[in-house]
Amino acid sequence: MTDTPRAAPAEEAWEAVIGLEVHVELATATKMFCGCSTDFGGAPNTRTCPVCLGQPGTLPVTNRGAVESAIRLGLALGCDIAPSSQFHRKNYFYPDMPKNYQISQYDVPICRGGALEVSTDTGTTTVGITRVHMEEDTGKSLHIGATGRLHGAEYSLVDYNRAGIPLLEIVSEPDIRSAEEAAAYVAELRAIVLALGISDAKLEEGSMRCDANVSIRPRGSGAYGTRAEVKNLNSLRSLRRAVAYEIERQVTHLEDGGEVVQETRHWDEDGGRTYTLRTKETTEDYRYFPDPDLVPIEPDPAWIEEIRASLPELPAVTRARLMEVHGLSREQVAVLAGAGLVAVLEEAVEAGAEAGEATNWLTNEVVAWAGERDADPARALAGVHLAELLALVADGTLSKKLAREVLTDVLEGGGTPREVVAERGLEQLSDEAELAAVCDQVIADNAEAAEEVRQGNAKAIGALVGGVMRATQGKANPQLANKLLRERLAAE
Amino acid sequence: MTLSDDDVRHVARLARLDLSDEAVEQLRSQLADILAYAEQVGEVATADVPPMRHPFGLRNVMREDLAGESLPRDEAISAAPEAEDGRFRVPRIVEAEQ
Repeated sequence: MTDTPRAAPAEEAWEAVIGLEVHVELATATKMFCGCSTDFGGAPNTRTCPVCLGQPGTLPVTNRGAVESAIRLGLALGCDIAPSSQFHRKNYFYPDMPKNYQISQYDVPICRGGALEVSTDTGTTTVGITRVHMEEDTGKSLHIGATGRLHGAEYSLVDYNRAGIPLLEIVSEPDIRSAEEAAAYVAELRAIVLALGISDAKLEEGSMRCDANVSIRPRGSGAYGTRAEVKNLNSLRSLRRAVAYEIERQVTHLEDGGEVVQETRHWDEDGGRTYTLRTKETTEDYRYFPDPDLVPIEPDPAWIEEIRASLPELPAVTRARLMEVHGLSREQVAVLAGAGLVAVLEEAVEAGAEAGEATNWLTNEVVAWAGERDADPARALAGVHLAELLALVADGTLSKKLAREVLTDVLEGGGTPREVVAERGLEQLSDEAELAAVCDQVIADNAEAAEEVRQGNAKAIGALVGGVMRATQGKANPQLANKLLRERLAAE
Repeated sequence: MTLSDDDVRHVARLARLDLSDEAVEQLRSQLADILAYAEQVGEVATADVPPMRHPFGLRNVMREDLAGESLPRDEAISAAPEAEDGRFRVPRIVEAEQ
């Protein structure tokens, strides 16, 4: 961490204690308790109905798909699925929920007691999962006034399209000890959520959100220090920087004789600092009580086993397998997984590609292409097409240089590699008779260079090979051209 | 069961109610009576009695994840005292002082 270098003595004297609360917006078709669509991007208040607007006399009905997603994540994290769980009302006055309460879970969440293994450069640690519970998302407020923020606004405008979209809140134990571990935890959780297909989990776009509870204590102490909750962490980078900053801030404060105050702090990405949002002088009083409109959820054990049987291979298992079976390095696997290209690689290998070669193309050319265009490479390239491209290189149809051009066309939607090659007439010229005729012509046109080669200046052949490449618009197989030129100049 | 004036004022503040001193005094004794009545449950709810989660005995009332109709926007905001640009307009939001 370079943002906030910490003095070595402080690092030895203090230990950070971090717990994370992560919210994941589920990719269900409908909201948590009504049939309104969850499609993103509708005009304000076009995805609402009497239920999610909190009209009197309406009744919420639980979305089975959201419950199934919660159970999927719970099983993937090794949680116990509660035989009976329940929804509570979390009461507060704020217009982001039209009901003046949010339906959430309180003392009996659907999942409890899992664990997540997290690896950083310094080692592997297990982070306990306290609970996973279901709740509904809130609406979005637009604050109208000079500042455009809540503070100083004259009034606010509310869009309830998002109100009622299913969320899972995943609460970790305070088992995290560094900014790097915090980022690794969220990255691993995100990978699991993506593998399960329950959310698109985009931190930047808010379909995955993270709050960090940070405190410090003298190293070796078993007690917990006073914690600050840090909000507005919209990327892994923000999370890493904010936690590192907050640890440093608390250490400095305590060493200067101050006290850490229990409060909510906002991460300012541009300023690289956290600032006080509100001080929690009293604990917030949400007056949770069981929602009488919703009956308990008691998943049939057979349903749970059905869900367990349908779980995909989890990311940690996939990574280990790629290293073991295909001999890939940890870094290669990390790049493949980060770009969502594991399935593409496996399909390519299945179709006959050599794993190391295919990985090199994916982690270099394909990842670079996707980065330039901000595109999802797994949607742009099928594994079988990568295998086809590598086969065209192996049998001499394409040079590596031309193969790169063909790959770009394939990624841009130009068809399969064979189709691109045929359409652009890119086959490498490897026909010996045809190439021999070109070589004869080039020797005739470059008498001086040809003579130098005959006199024993081997380097002069480069000019002749270049001539052959120009004459064939780069399609000549350079190794073959070189061989044919030498044969001709030696024989004369 | 005793309640202090501060307990009553705290609950009133959470409910955004502005109570006169007389009302606080009146509600303090009424709320205390209600709580004492509810506490009788404790005489029978011993450790071996699991808490009742819902009085109906129903379980797992769920719907399939299939989209239905939403309201037309004009209808959705028609009952709002104020609206602007298709959004619900609400007064200035003030953070509560606890």
